[in-house]
Amino acid sequence: MHTVYKISANDQDVVEEFNAKPIGHHSPALQRVLNVIRGQPVRDKYVLICTKPHKEWTLGQLTGERGKPVRMFKDQVFGSVEDAEREIFRRRWNLHTGTKG
Amino acid sequence: MKITGYADKISARPGETLQFMVNCERPRYRADIVRLVCGDLNPEGPGIREQVVPTPANKSYKGRAQTIESGSYVLIPNSPMLQDLKSFTVQAMLWPTMPDKGTQAIVSKWQERRRSGFALVIQAGRLALQLGDGKGNVEVVSTNKQLLARQWYFVAASYDAETRRGTLYQEPQTDYPTVSDAGRVRKKTQLERVGSNQSALMFGALRTGSGRGKLDQKFNGKIDSPRLANRVLERADMERLKSGVPAHLQQSVVGTWDFSRDISSIRVTDVSPNRLHGETVNMPARGMKGYNWSGESMDWKQAPEQYGAIHFHDDDVYDAGWEVDFSLTVPANLKSGLYAARLRSGSEEDYIPFVVKPAKGKEKKLAFLLPTASYMAYANEHMATNAGMMELLSGRLAPFDKNSLFLNEHREYGGSCYDSHSDGSGVCYSSRLRPILNMRPKHISALGGDGSSLWQFNADTHITDWLEAQGFDFDVITDEDLHYEGLALLKPYQVILSGTHPEYHSLQMWDAMKAYQNQGGRLMYMGANGWYWRVAFHPDCPGLMEVRRNEGGIRTWAAEPGEYYHSFTGEYGGLWRNQGRAPQVMLGTGFSAQGFDISAPYRRLPGSFQARAAFVFEGIGKDEVIGDFGLIGGGAAGLEIDRADERLGTPPHTLVLATSQGGHTDIYLVVCEELLVTTPGLGGTENELVRADMVFYETPSGGAVWSSSSIAWAGSLSHNNYDNNVSRITHNVLERFLNPEPFVR
Repeated sequence: MHTVYKISANDQDVVEEFNAKPIGHHSPALQRVLNVIRGQPVRDKYVLICTKPHKEWTLGQLTGERGKPVRMFKDQVFGSVEDAEREIFRRRWNLHTGTKG
Repeated sequence: MKITGYADKISARPGETLQFMVNCERPRYRADIVRLVCGDLNPEGPGIREQVVPTPANKSYKGRAQTIESGSYVLIPNSPMLQDLKSFTVQAMLWPTMPDKGTQAIVSKWQERRRSGFALVIQAGRLALQLGDGKGNVEVVSTNKQLLARQWYFVAASYDAETRRGTLYQEPQTDYPTVSDAGRVRKKTQLERVGSNQSALMFGALRTGSGRGKLDQKFNGKIDSPRLANRVLERADMERLKSGVPAHLQQSVVGTWDFSRDISSIRVTDVSPNRLHGETVNMPARGMKGYNWSGESMDWKQAPEQYGAIHFHDDDVYDAGWEVDFSLTVPANLKSGLYAARLRSGSEEDYIPFVVKPAKGKEKKLAFLLPTASYMAYANEHMATNAGMMELLSGRLAPFDKNSLFLNEHREYGGSCYDSHSDGSGVCYSSRLRPILNMRPKHISALGGDGSSLWQFNADTHITDWLEAQGFDFDVITDEDLHYEGLALLKPYQVILSGTHPEYHSLQMWDAMKAYQNQGGRLMYMGANGWYWRVAFHPDCPGLMEVRRNEGGIRTWAAEPGEYYHSFTGEYGGLWRNQGRAPQVMLGTGFSAQGFDISAPYRRLPGSFQARAAFVFEGIGKDEVIGDFGLIGGGAAGLEIDRADERLGTPPHTLVLATSQGGHTDIYLVVCEELLVTTPGLGGTENELVRADMVFYETPSGGAVWSSSSIAWAGSLSHNNYDNNVSRITHNVLERFLNPEPFVR
């Protein structure tokens, strides 16, 4: 899904809310931001590779092309899903706003 | 994954034999038969529980690589008439879907080693005739006019052996001003002759050798009315051949294939006097509307002549066709249950699950109906890699385990009925005669909610785990058994327990379950979004199922208008709800909303305090919150959830016992079949339809139905070492349901 909403500095308030709880009930303002960043089409989309199930997750990225291996960032390893969510949110925030979230 | 496999059957009774086919890229592997209890890797849960069962099959085997050759085609065996062609004309109606995806054979009679024969192909997006002299020389004549995707064309090629002229016809059936996609080319070729060969005639592909992996030039799109003649035909005669074989052409015609014959089968019929019949391979889609579909009839049975197209896909697969590696004759004393052949080679591992049914006459009182039709619909789904919506649906990053990574790379393992083919058309057939790598213990699915993240098969092991932990004696039976055996399969049982997501049902399955209920059988609906889609099983080919995504319902692709009838049976497909059999008719509740992030608890409703429901809540407090814990999203109500609705068939005497209304996030949204007019406020924090309703009602002849109405329910059973109110309610209901005392006399 491509959304038309543009994330801007006006959304800064939701960053703290996200970092406090990446998965779960969110305010409408945060949900709108998440719809943009999580709605990215498959090309270059971040995913989590379960390198040690329920213990360790490694950042991956889809290519958008069928059959092409998921790119794996071996230096981006997380000990919890929430940590991974926060890191990827940070990366996407930077991408969308050009500023550090 | 260096080791994968599948079995020839999904279930077997003692004394019956299962065969296992294994691909192993290591020199040796060890196979052990295990009884599966719990497949959830989550350290917060019960953990992996399986027991090795000693059988003669448990031993070390030599590994060998076995591969899958995807891509569908029609194969017409060679015959003297085909082999002796010198001059010829080949023609068809064509609807290409990916004209730019490399060279694709429409009709081929080709021998690769000597480069001998001919093929009508799409090359560089244009119609072309590929000729080989049998001495290694190949020449291609092209129209040099780009074909448009998803447009009908008349295409033909002829070759005159005397003049060595090749002629091509590319005629669009719709003219678009400013678009130049028509072409007619006549060209003298340099080849001295077109070589003969003993290869089969093929539609939709070209074979470059006899072994696996030798399929080439796989076509994507529809072919309708292919014809072959033994001389150069005038254009007017080609036109006449579209609808039959006039007397003056009988000497010239080699074959006129009519794909509208025997749509439900794999047979392909040549209606010419030569009867050069053949078969489809790898299940291309049939019952597809042809070039002449008028829109007046929506049903291929009513106007078969307008459904003479077959849709071929380069990623179709039916039977992987692997060699058998070992077999297991189910020992007489092996108790019914969920089992698997566990395959291990070093750190590599795969499981091939199967069900052991009870011997006839030895049934227990309780059966767990494993929803294998739903496993087949989801078999090898690629939703997280093919479409960008997964992260939105689940409100979290999509997790990928080794199985998902493998499936992403190995598209030849075929897709699910949730996927689209490489050309974007929906996958309407699914086979279990291939490794199904998401029907595995230990599998983590992107759909399964925060926490354990389990879906379908592995989520259902929470049920087998709970049954074992609680000490219930139970049999396991499957959807496929229900389809083929009908009511007789269910009749011995006092109680049937459903899986977490029993979504797909054939008419035979639906009728058998209803008859079971009407005769006093008791059903515990342990999940949600059940009895939703209508499916058909193939009348001849084992392990093959069809889904047509019609009209409405949550669906990842939509059937084309005019293609709503199953090709396997001629039955109208789509939602049971649209055929007057909403899930509420069977279960008291039906699909109402979905979201895949976190789950919610239930709160008791007035119905739960009525005397009729007292047994359900024994030991549960008046204000007790139910299921605010669990491995699937942290709650008992979640993922897909169902609601009671009398208008849709919830019986009027139904007690709505509890609901999760108001507890869900806005990732949860009302299902689309409820949306006649779109309005704001469709999410879980606002919309009243976003809820799981737990219900109970009595059925005729002393039976009853209890429904949890939530896929997440089973994920809460093991919480606090099975001592919790979800487990207690389930236990209360099961104990009472096992008691033969009629609910209503």
